[in-house]
Amino acid sequence: MSKTLFDKLWDAHLVKSVDGLDVIYIDRHLIHEVTSPQAFSGIEARGISLANPSKTIATPDHNVPTKNQHLPIADPLSKFQVETLRENCKKHQVEIFDLGHPQHGIVHIIGPENGITRPGMSIVCGDSHTSTHGAFGALAFGIGTSQVEQVFASQCLLMKRPKTMRITIDGELSKGVTSKDVILHIISELTAAGGTGYFIEYAGTAIETMSMEARMTICNMSIEMGARGGMIAPDETTYTYLKDKKYAPKGALWEEAIAYWTTLKSDEEASFDREESFAAEDIQPMVTFGTNPGMGIQISQTVPETIADASFQKSLKYMDLKGGQRLEGQAIQNVFIGSCTNGRIEDLRAVAEYVKGKQKADHVKAMIVPGSKQVEMQARAEGLDKIFTDSGFELREPGCSACLGMNEDKVPANEYCVSTSNRNFEGRQGQGARTILASPIMAAAAAISGKIVDVRKFI
Amino acid sequence: MEKFKHLTSTAVPLHIEDVDTDQIIPARFLKATSREGFGENLFRDWRYHKGGKSNENFVLNNPLYSGEILVAGHNFGCGSSREHAAWAISDYGFKVVVSSFFADIFKGNALNVGLLPIQITTDQLSILFEHISEDANTEFVVDLETQTLQIKKTDLVFPFEISKYKKECFQNGYDDIDYLLSIQEEIKSYEQKIPAFL
Repeated sequence: MSKTLFDKLWDAHLVKSVDGLDVIYIDRHLIHEVTSPQAFSGIEARGISLANPSKTIATPDHNVPTKNQHLPIADPLSKFQVETLRENCKKHQVEIFDLGHPQHGIVHIIGPENGITRPGMSIVCGDSHTSTHGAFGALAFGIGTSQVEQVFASQCLLMKRPKTMRITIDGELSKGVTSKDVILHIISELTAAGGTGYFIEYAGTAIETMSMEARMTICNMSIEMGARGGMIAPDETTYTYLKDKKYAPKGALWEEAIAYWTTLKSDEEASFDREESFAAEDIQPMVTFGTNPGMGIQISQTVPETIADASFQKSLKYMDLKGGQRLEGQAIQNVFIGSCTNGRIEDLRAVAEYVKGKQKADHVKAMIVPGSKQVEMQARAEGLDKIFTDSGFELREPGCSACLGMNEDKVPANEYCVSTSNRNFEGRQGQGARTILASPIMAAAAAISGKIVDVRKFI
Repeated sequence: MEKFKHLTSTAVPLHIEDVDTDQIIPARFLKATSREGFGENLFRDWRYHKGGKSNENFVLNNPLYSGEILVAGHNFGCGSSREHAAWAISDYGFKVVVSSFFADIFKGNALNVGLLPIQITTDQLSILFEHISEDANTEFVVDLETQTLQIKKTDLVFPFEISKYKKECFQNGYDDIDYLLSIQEEIKSYEQKIPAFL
């Protein structure tokens, strides 16, 4: 029988089925300081230990400062949470990439860059952006803390099999249009709830020609349309990225792995529960105007006028924007470049290329937070840090930072922030903060111009 | 997990769509390492003005409305996977959340912590909002055995779905770990077949 990539991965991880639910085996469990402490307490209260500590990897990312990481954390609650992670890892023999460790960083950045994330794996984390790892042809999805505890206890999860959707994007992206614009475009078309209940496979020539970094940005935001996860079939691009990564299989094992990975792509005849398709040529640079990621428009468009909808109006009021207005030309005060969506080296390179020799607008605070220590070191090695500093951007140390404002990196109330992160929810970047999601080059261009611009006019 | 079989209660109407988990419990309150106490900051930035003054326009601060059922708009619980959202709702005192659509992870989290998510149709949800708006003391009856939500004193009875397994978990106070631990041998035999490169 013909199978989709998703079917092959799901079936390969099926331990057994019971009452319409499936027991799914988890190959890799990534944990961080915010959603794991209660799960550790949970197994301790049950008097059991981790079923398979060697399959779990920890890193503190959500709640860490992005300045002076060598000093003790100032916020006592954050400090306690990070220390709790350390203690739990020690007690339960879990490997941790702690602050200052060369492999420290945002959990969804360090998995791929170290070869911990690999095709054919099932990967979970108590974080909704776990879908990022699907870019490698892995079954990857975010879970709640009770499920973190389930994986600790049994290395398995009890799941209802999701439906499958394929989103095909064919064609060539225009200059100035990035994978971030592709995913924001898709979400704006399918809505913030449009993918709920589905596992999405992204396919088509536009996806096939993308780098791994670009593919990760797409899969990362699958959750923003409610999807359980996103995935892309592994191919030469995937193998080239993974080869020789620290944890990637080596020698004969690598050959064996490739032989298996090449069998994973969806069969020609395989059918999906739902199919959607987009033409790459129709996609323009995107910006969001509202308070969920589905509320996005092409830069050349105006904010929709939907007067009857109270939730829509509440959202516009929060953003202090009006139906019918353009975002192009809108003054902004902050730019945030980073997060598990766009905090990779390719993103930093794109920003550096744009800002080189230019100066940020005086009234804009522009912050670049690398997704990991490796990204930071690579940026420094390539001299990007100097380009950023010369242009008035501040390069920080790795962490989730202003994507969710759990640490000190918050956007002040009533100020706009053009952000390369994934969510524009009310208060997401700080109480009263107004987030406009965009690609790294759109964010860089906004920082230089001091307002939202169409980056295509400047490249 | 606490047992749940039957509930009769008034409801609190939250007539907003796409309520995300950042609204339910903002990230700055996720620094705790235990499950308790999150109810205090449920819908924090809607409940309180900046500075801490109570927002009288928000429904949780309206003395007219109370009860153990939260009735919310379409796509409730979207966004982050934080289970803290389900803990906060539960800790505040709700036992049931009704909506016309739930985000996936939130729904799973709610089911795992003993907060019953009831999905009804958009039309049925409108009827619920109308009844609450006409009379804040309208009572609802949730019966897990028959999988129904009834507007008390009316013949309006709305069915809802829940898997047989999850229903038994609620009725008996079991959780998934109890089950997963019972099949350890089968998991071990699966592990024998995992290729070395994974």
